Parts: sequence; structure tokens; C-alpha cells
Amino acid sequence: MSNAQDSRLNTNFVEQGARKRIEYVLDSGSMRELVTPFDRVISPWLEVQGIVPQFDDGVVVARGAIDGKSVIAIAIDGSFQGGSLGEVAGAKIAGALELAVEANQAGESIAAVLMFETGGVRLQEANLGLAAIAEIQSAIVALRKLQPVVALITGPVGCFGGMSITAGLCSYLLMTREGRLGLNGPQVIEQEAGVGEYDSRDRPFIWGLTGGEQRYTTGLVDDFFGSDVIEVRNKVQEYLRKGVPDTFRSEAIQSSLDRLKNVDTQHQITSEAAREIFAKGASL
Amino acid sequence: MNTAAIKTDTVKTHRGRVWFDLLADNMMVHEGAVPSVMIANGNLAELPCSLILVQPDKNNLYPRAINGEVGLLEGWALADAIHNIVSKDAESEQKSAIIAIVDVPSQAYGRREEALGIHQALAAAVSAYAQARQAGHPVISLLVGKAMSGAFLAHGYQANTILALNDDGVMVHAMGKAAAARITMRSEEELDQLAKTIPPMAYDLKSFATLGLIEKFIDVSSADAPSSKDIELVQILLADALESLKGDTQITKRLQGENRGASRRVRELLRAQWKKAEPNL
Repeated sequence: MSNAQDSRLNTNFVEQGARKRIEYVLDSGSMRELVTPFDRVISPWLEVQGIVPQFDDGVVVARGAIDGKSVIAIAIDGSFQGGSLGEVAGAKIAGALELAVEANQAGESIAAVLMFETGGVRLQEANLGLAAIAEIQSAIVALRKLQPVVALITGPVGCFGGMSITAGLCSYLLMTREGRLGLNGPQVIEQEAGVGEYDSRDRPFIWGLTGGEQRYTTGLVDDFFGSDVIEVRNKVQEYLRKGVPDTFRSEAIQSSLDRLKNVDTQHQITSEAAREIFAKGASL
Repeated sequence: MNTAAIKTDTVKTHRGRVWFDLLADNMMVHEGAVPSVMIANGNLAELPCSLILVQPDKNNLYPRAINGEVGLLEGWALADAIHNIVSKDAESEQKSAIIAIVDVPSQAYGRREEALGIHQALAAAVSAYAQARQAGHPVISLLVGKAMSGAFLAHGYQANTILALNDDGVMVHAMGKAAAARITMRSEEELDQLAKTIPPMAYDLKSFATLGLIEKFIDVSSADAPSSKDIELVQILLADALESLKGDTQITKRLQGENRGASRRVRELLRAQWKKAEPNL
């Protein structure tokens, strides 16, 4: 571990693939992958559309330990189809979380760590991606009552679409500077609302609204930190140790309604204005 | 009774509002935390029940949400409405049913929406519906119009049971066709062609049903201007759906769909491998 002190040997979490990310976050040697590429459960819908499937369908699920505590760790591979969720990828996440709920209800103690790198629904499997996301959300709402569900958004893809809603359900939501979090991807907003509303090519503008620093400043995530693997691992441990929180971000109903009803919507919003709006009320 | 009559033209022709008004005929109707969310409390087949609707509001504070989209205010207002129902029944054995009347064109797309955390607003609604169901409230979705993407996740997709009018105007999808074409770099015609052979991509309800997501189609004489017979039929089928739940708080029955083989297979494998993967602590 002394290597961690040597800045020349720092490893950037953002550059790691899904499997490596899980390995870095789990206690050394504890990772046991479930439904591995050797099981060859590929998407039944991609080949007929001329898209080469991947043997893990872009999601890695593993059991293991963090800080000596049993966890289910799930990472989405942003390099396969933009981290989008189709039937198999979605079922791996939902199914693993459902089993974690069952195990906890039977008296075991298993927390969850989710590493999101996803554009949301895989449009080539449209309705089955959407269905799977609803199932993932249901499982998280059940699990977070029993165990901490820690979510991590590090980039480079970020977390969009239906999965941004999923992120908003987790017990703790952590981001790095490279991470982005938003419901509608920039291209989709530009398509639906016009370039004046949202310029998908203006990267500083997009990070200013949806990047990790802004999301932390506006209270939409719990923590914001650098992307060195050691730092990421320490933060995941820190939040797992906090256990089940007293309340969830998704329950801040009255304060959110009060805040949103008092926004001046005559003028288009800026990232600074968003910070001011959130600074007025208690954080989410 | 109808205290919150926002009788704009858009509302009058909003199919969701038409069905809401007719089904809520003998119920107490009130506006939610914002005028775009309506609630009715009453009984269905002698069981306590609430109807929830998202409707257009041309005076919506947020201009990207005037056409019945689920936006920032609607997400939190749905959560508020459901929490009120749940807390009212907190001490009671009898949990009232929640029926989502679904006719939502999309989530709201806009700069303000992203800046102010629309994902979190929708998460609040999802959370409220899921918690209500898991606490024993029967939750049913009645699709009378569009049920699109994030809007449907927030209003309807957490239901135990999904019923749909058998009508061309009823549509479930992950993304509007134009945007889907741009993102996947295909033409709309190509998307239509693919949809013919790939059920999860189709925009029609019959294909959607093969995914296990729709319990029953309801044949009505008119989805836009339902007759009293249509309403009676829907009431009977809603009551049947409530009856057949028998305390089920899950949404897993959807996995039985014809075109969900891979969803079942993945779950079987996970379960088979689960114990062996237990870490040594």
C-alpha cells in the first residue's frame, strides 16, 4: 500500500474498465464475478441488427467484501454501446439487487456499490431497457431500507436517461469532476427543444450544468472528489460505513416544491443561478 | 366538487383528463401540489382508492412542461400526492389502491430542467410509487394515451399491474422516434422497419405486450369520448385487477412475458451462482 503515497504511481479510476473498477473498490482477492463472459449470455436483440454483442453485455456483477463487509458490486462498461442498458445488462443489475434484498430479508448483511457509466436505455432494445430500469429502481428502493446503496459516477460517459433517476434513488451518490449526471442527454434535448435551449457541442456549458462539481455544489450528490483509485476506494468505504441514512434525497418533497415554485422562469438559467437557487433552501 | 377545473382547451381534449373525470365521478377530486397533478379519492368496488393524473397546464411555471410532460414540479408533486395517501393509511391494515391514469407525452426536455435536477424530481415520484407498492398499496396503471420514457418511469411503471386501452393512441416507448433516429444514426423509416422484427423496438402495443408488461387490453368504443359502458367496463377490470393481486407487492410477474426469456435466464444463473460467490469474511 505504500505505493499509494507515490504520486508517480497514481492510477486514474476513470480510465479503468468495469471489471477493474470493481477489483479496485473491493478488498484485495475478494472479487467473485457472477454470470461471467464464460456463461455467454449475450443480448438476443443486437446481432439481428448487425451489432456485435459482448459476452458480458456491458455489465459486470460481483460479490466480494469492502472493509470486511459483504457487498454486491456492479459496474457498467461505458465502452460497450455507451454503457446503455438492454435486456441482459439490465437483468444482471436488477437480478443481483433482487437477490441482495432477499438475502438481507433472510438475515444476511449485504450492501451494494453501483458504478454508473451509462447513457440509459439501449435504444436497440428500447422497451426492454426501460422495463429493466423500472425493475432496478424497484429493487433499490427495497434494498436501501436494509443496507446502504452507494452509487459512483466517475465518467467519462456519466449517468443519463432512466439511470439518472436510478442514481437519485441511491442512499449515497458520489461523483468526480469528470462525471456528469442528467436526465436527458445533450443531443436529445437539442433534438427536442432546439439548439438555443441546449447546445450539445458546448462542452463547458454542459459540464457547468451537469458536471460533478456543480452537482455537489447544488446538493444533488453527497460528495465530490478526485479520480485516483485510492481516493475513490476510500470514499466508497467511508460511505458504506455510514450505514442506512435517516432519510433519502428522493424524500425531500416539501423543500424541493417550495424551492422550484419560487424560481424566476422568465429568464433562461445559468449554472451560477442554479447554485443560488439551491443555496436559498436546505440542500436536498 | 371539481375545485381545480383548469378548463383550458388542451385540458378538455386531454385524454387522460377525460378518463380521470369520468372514473372520478363519485370521488372527491382535488388539485395536487401543482395544477398539473390531479388526485381523486373515493371507492372502487367498495375498496378505498385514489386516482392520480398528470395533465397539461398552459400556465405551468416551467414552459417546457406545459403539454402534460412530467417535469420538475410534476415529479415532486406526484411524490407528494402518493406520500399523502401512504401516510393516511400508515396505521391501517387496509391500504387504499393507487391508480395512475397515464397519458404522458414525455419528460420535460430543457436547460432549466437539467440545471435544477429533473432526474431527482422523477426519482422522488418513482420512490413514492415503489414504496407505496412495497408497503402493500395495490398500484395499478391504466394507459389511456402515451406512456413515454422517463415520464412513464415516474408515473406508472412501478405499478403491480399495467392495463391498457386497446387503441392506437396508446403508446409506450423509451424515446420519441425522431430523437431515437438521431441517437442511433438511423432514419425513422429504418427504425420502423427494424421494429417489425424486433419486438422491444416496436411502438405498437401488441409488441409491447409480448414483453410481459401489459396484463390486459381493454376494448372500448371510443378512447377519446368513452361511453358509460366503456367506463363501466374499465371499472370492472380495475376491480378485477385489484382482486387478483392478493397481497402481491412485487413487479416480477412481468418476467413471464413471451419475449423476456433472457431476463429469466440471467436471473436463474445469478441465483445458481450466488452462494458459491459468497466472500470469505
